[in-house]
Amino acid sequence: MDETISIVLFSGTDDKLQSASVMAAGAAALGRPVKILLQYWALDAFRADRINADHGLAPEAGEAGRAAMDAVTRAGGAHWSATMRAAKEIGDVDIQACSASMELLKLKQTDLDSLVDGIEGVASFFINAGEGQILFI
Amino acid sequence: MANLDIKLKVDASGLSCPLPILKATQGIKSIESGQLMEIVATDPGSVKDFDAWSKATGNALLEQDAVDGKFRFVLRRK
Repeated sequence: MDETISIVLFSGTDDKLQSASVMAAGAAALGRPVKILLQYWALDAFRADRINADHGLAPEAGEAGRAAMDAVTRAGGAHWSATMRAAKEIGDVDIQACSASMELLKLKQTDLDSLVDGIEGVASFFINAGEGQILFI
Repeated sequence: MANLDIKLKVDASGLSCPLPILKATQGIKSIESGQLMEIVATDPGSVKDFDAWSKATGNALLEQDAVDGKFRFVLRRK
């Protein structure tokens, strides 16, 4: 059984980025290799100059969801980027930027946070995913 | 309760999933094989999570109990 967990991270709102960081950290804590491909708005959220900015929430969060998330932040809850960094420290977590999204957003790797390990295409992603499970967030 | 020789105590109270198992992973790496780590968590998912974490990593779960809404786990590094 291939234990690698591969995540296509597409969404760029803070709640979905938080969800991805939780899944990545949980898998890493279990000793599973984790591969993340950043596309579109998720990639934009990993820009070094705005990784800690407010990226908003998914529409279904509504006002109550916004208030609940703000309460967690005020109580000192970990930012998704901190959880992702911790996941990389404890386990084998590789984060790649989708090359087509890099072009779309006119980004260079130097524009991205150091959490991002490199740039790859979809063929490389599927080869590395092997027979393991793939999540889309 | 047996008097165990706990090498490391980790307080993960107030932290939500997955931070308790993340802290456990950091903690277990700082002790030697055969040594014991105690971790306290309040996350309601932590009972099932530590059982799964123990099985996946091979670090044995020696004790677990719940007192006043706090879950306590004693784990032995593989």
